[in-house]
Amino acid sequence: MQSIIKIESLSKKYKEADQFSLNDVSLNINEGEIFGLLGPNGAGKTTLISMLCGLVKPTSGHFSIDGLDYQHHSSKIKKIIGIVPQEYALYPTLTARENLHYFGSMYGLKGSDLKDKVIETLDLLGLLKFADKPVETFSGGMKRRVNLIAGILHKPKVLFLDEPTVGVDVQSKNAIIDYLKVLNQNGTSIIYTSHHLAEAEDFCTNIAILDRGRIYAKGTPSTLINSVEDARNLEDVFISLTGKDLRDAI
Amino acid sequence: MLYKIWMSIVKEFLLLKRDLGGLIILFIMPLVLVITVTLIQDSTFKTVSDSKIPILLVDNDKGSVSKTVFENLEKSNLFSVVTQIDNKTITEDIARENVYKGKFQLAIVIPKNLSSDLQAKVDQNVEKIVSSLGMTDSTATSEPQPIIKEKEVKLYFDPAVQMSFKNAVMSSIDKMISQIETKSIYTTFEKQLGEGSTNFEQKSFISFKEIIPKINNKEVRPNSVQHNVPAWTLFAIFFIVIPLSINIVKEKSQGTFVRLRTNPVSSLVVIIGKTITYSVICMIQFYMMVAVAVFLFPSIGLPSLNIEGHLALMSVVALFSGFAAIGFGILLGTIASTQEQSAPFGATSVIILAAIGGIWVPVFAMPKIMQIIAKSSPMNWGLDAFYDVLLRNVTFLEIIPKISLLFLFFILTTAIALFYDKKKRAV
Repeated sequence: MQSIIKIESLSKKYKEADQFSLNDVSLNINEGEIFGLLGPNGAGKTTLISMLCGLVKPTSGHFSIDGLDYQHHSSKIKKIIGIVPQEYALYPTLTARENLHYFGSMYGLKGSDLKDKVIETLDLLGLLKFADKPVETFSGGMKRRVNLIAGILHKPKVLFLDEPTVGVDVQSKNAIIDYLKVLNQNGTSIIYTSHHLAEAEDFCTNIAILDRGRIYAKGTPSTLINSVEDARNLEDVFISLTGKDLRDAI
Repeated sequence: MLYKIWMSIVKEFLLLKRDLGGLIILFIMPLVLVITVTLIQDSTFKTVSDSKIPILLVDNDKGSVSKTVFENLEKSNLFSVVTQIDNKTITEDIARENVYKGKFQLAIVIPKNLSSDLQAKVDQNVEKIVSSLGMTDSTATSEPQPIIKEKEVKLYFDPAVQMSFKNAVMSSIDKMISQIETKSIYTTFEKQLGEGSTNFEQKSFISFKEIIPKINNKEVRPNSVQHNVPAWTLFAIFFIVIPLSINIVKEKSQGTFVRLRTNPVSSLVVIIGKTITYSVICMIQFYMMVAVAVFLFPSIGLPSLNIEGHLALMSVVALFSGFAAIGFGILLGTIASTQEQSAPFGATSVIILAAIGGIWVPVFAMPKIMQIIAKSSPMNWGLDAFYDVLLRNVTFLEIIPKISLLFLFFILTTAIALFYDKKKRAV
């Protein structure tokens, strides 16, 4: 299978920090994969995704997405990726439709193509009847779904999801996961971070477990479970690799 | 790119439409401000009977001088003279107490025997001059003249009274007293020279006349409206800094700014979108203020703003002033991390820029160092450009230096904001 993301010795040390947030990480993510980045707080998951989305500059190392080198083709990369951030990156006083029209237009979508796509996706995620209500009146689950739509309207080749189901009810979570599976079947590669290990086990085709800026293990969920003695699920693997210590940090 | 800019503009207008507080700041407050300030300042300049300032007069003299002072003050149309409180004649102590408590703004205390002593002093001086000219009666004995002490008219001011008011009052009272002294000298000379001598012409020989500039053969007399409307319009335009900086801070805190950075859209598109939107807002503000000054002011007793032949150039100045304000708002919004930082800082800095720029106190009346600082305030460039257009009847070419400065300020502040943002992102 062809690599969609190639990461070579990628490191990041923030200016004020004492330690590397990401330390010499190399990774290949294949086209069509749902790749899970799992790890405790401060493991470097968000830093890695932020670098891949062009939000943070690497301290050293290199990566390319769909064969496009990040240093020379950052604007081309932006056109083929989508991001669903952990926070609701939406204008609360605008309606769902207005938000989506705006963010869709930033990807160059316009006219009836944009309008139809917004209606279609809102409908698929059960939000069409709320399309003209301000987002600030939505529940957490509804906001999460609009947040997701804003990142996928332009049919990205690669979709980055930073904890897309955090703080939502079971129904919304299922709707989001089901929709993401459909997207993946239609050719979108997904890179996903989460603390819901059971969800990741079910959802991801491949997983990397990160801690302290390094990759501790990599493979399919079943390979990872089989690689650790007495592990019954991904949570057992996770605990065995990252330990039980609390990771509180300020 | 054009479509992205257009959609950014649509989004900005939608955000503004849903923000009632922001709309009030943008449109209602400037109107309230310009009407209130112009009404207040207009009444300061007008000498209308119903706006007379009551002042206390303590007459310890009870002679011709105090009578003249009383009559002149009453005639001035500026003051109404109070000589009694609760049917009691005012003493110096009562006057002092009332003024220092702020019940009255001014008390004038005329000393005892002022009229008689002034007359005696003038008599002595005139007699000296006449005798030095050998025009005195030869039989008259030269008796030693009694020493007459100099007299003081005391003025008590309410400590809260502004310096400009104090200076104006002191100057007019000084003038009034000088006239009384001069008149007294003339009268004494006439008496000394005896009957048959020619009456002195006591009317002032030198007078002054203000030459009003003419535009199209019509005198353009500046009034409070011509001064206030440009000044407060500019102030309102600059208040756009607050909603604009809050808008940017909100985008950062809501995460939409981060989303935009991951989208294939340059910062320039976002900035152009905001600049066009807020420029339109500035122009709406400007035309609303002008409309109020032209059509509403006459119905509330204020002079109408004369914009005859000036509207196009005034619009140009308003637009470029708007650019300067937008640049400042973008910079502030980029640097501030929270609304708690941007809103108070924005409001305070606009007030400081207004003060420095000569919105309240004309630049020529400022201390030397402040005059130099004033030249660096975009509000001063804007205000001067407005006055050039409205009062000095200049052409477009003559305002180019000022509007260029305003545009440069916009470019500079926006460039700093972009640079700061880039630097901040390189974490």
